[in-house]
Amino acid sequence: MRKLSVWRVIKSGWQGFIRNYWLSTATVAVMVLALFMLGCLALFNVMTQAVVANLEGRVDVSVYFNQDTEEAKVLGVRQELVALSEVKSVDYVSQDEALKRFSERHKDNAVLMQSLQELDQNPLQPSLNIKANYASQYETIANYLNDERFKGMIDRVNYKQNKDLIERLTSLTGNIQTAGIVISLVLGLIAALVSFNTIRLTMYTWRDEISVMRLVGASNWFVRGPFVVEGVIYGVVSGVMALLLMYPMLYFVSPKITNFLPGVDLMYFYQANFWEFFFLLVAVGLLLGGTSSLIAIRRYLKD
Amino acid sequence: MAGPSGAGKSTIFKLLIGEEQPSRGKVFLDKQNIHLIRENELHHLRRKMGMVFQDFRLLSDRTVYENVAFAMEVAGSSNKEIVQDVPQILELVGLPDKLSAFPSQLSGGEKQRVAIARALIHRPSVILADEPTGNLDLLNTWDIVRLLLKINELGTTIVLATHDREVINNLSKRVVTLDKGRIIRDEENGRYIL
Repeated sequence: MRKLSVWRVIKSGWQGFIRNYWLSTATVAVMVLALFMLGCLALFNVMTQAVVANLEGRVDVSVYFNQDTEEAKVLGVRQELVALSEVKSVDYVSQDEALKRFSERHKDNAVLMQSLQELDQNPLQPSLNIKANYASQYETIANYLNDERFKGMIDRVNYKQNKDLIERLTSLTGNIQTAGIVISLVLGLIAALVSFNTIRLTMYTWRDEISVMRLVGASNWFVRGPFVVEGVIYGVVSGVMALLLMYPMLYFVSPKITNFLPGVDLMYFYQANFWEFFFLLVAVGLLLGGTSSLIAIRRYLKD
Repeated sequence: MAGPSGAGKSTIFKLLIGEEQPSRGKVFLDKQNIHLIRENELHHLRRKMGMVFQDFRLLSDRTVYENVAFAMEVAGSSNKEIVQDVPQILELVGLPDKLSAFPSQLSGGEKQRVAIARALIHRPSVILADEPTGNLDLLNTWDIVRLLLKINELGTTIVLATHDREVINNLSKRVVTLDKGRIIRDEENGRYIL
């Protein structure tokens, strides 16, 4: 009998959804927009992450060693640096490598090349190019390299010159991320409130029916159930529709963003994470629809 | 139950179904004080009473069949019972061919028959009818009154509230007359006198 009731409640909720298709369409339309916005916000955050990573990837710190430092010692330092959790990668540039890069870059400058040839030895220093995971970590790495035991071999660390740039970048990326989160929260809240109010209005149209159901002897649970089922259906249908709506949107927008920010392919990201998006939108829709109905119906159950 | 509008007929009904609390006195159904029933248990009481209203109060998005079946569904009746009883009761009220019509497709008299069928489906010991003929024309009024009489003869107590003098004078049943919230007369075979 319990199972029978559950089945009846679900059937009744489904019937309500189908039979009042006009009302359902209006409610679903609003929820689709809200969930669509949520999906866009998720992609927007992916984009800001990519921008931040892109900016941070352009910064590095170079350590220049004295010319007479043995290669083994430089590689030893490299080992140590790689072991640090802040360090993402360390590239070793030997004297020969540095010379090769230098001549490559200045091959059109005859004067420079000539003066280089007149020197009987390589004037360049071996160096390590360090990339940190986050821009804010360069300070720690630079401090690490200031240690007493490196004094003899390290000529200079170019952190000081880059310091200003790095600090500005750190605060910029921090701001971009904070702004992303704040915007997401505000718009997400608006989306939730709009959906909630729409469902509340839908339930408002049923207030007379609800009193009838009670008079006929339906328990509160039996009155509430179908409306919650209906709300859940609104949410799931809206979630799926918002998910599908993302495709044409990305089809047009994604190439433009890739032009603007090379390496950011939102369409690819969306397709690769399709199921994550599916669960995000459908689960949010389901929860939003279900709880909105539950809260909205509560008013009419108490006279 | 007779009396002009505002005499307190609907208030008495609200007291009978536990929707309002009496300031004094008690209401019993089958030896149970219905005002001691908790709010979330009231629906059990309502399944023992049938209710009919002036404005019919049918579920607008359900068919005639489903409106009557709903009352059985909420009480947990099996599908077999529902399939058996609903057409039977609709036959009794004279609507055997309107099972899949929606309320908006019915006349006032037909709607009221559906409401009576719904009230009857639990085989209640009492039916409360609050101005059931208030929205109906003369012909339909007598159809509904005759239907209620028939149900009464089959053994169900019917409390009929009305301000229709004709109806009361032709029934020759017990008449309780209310005025300004007080019972001013209670007689067997009464008439509508004010």
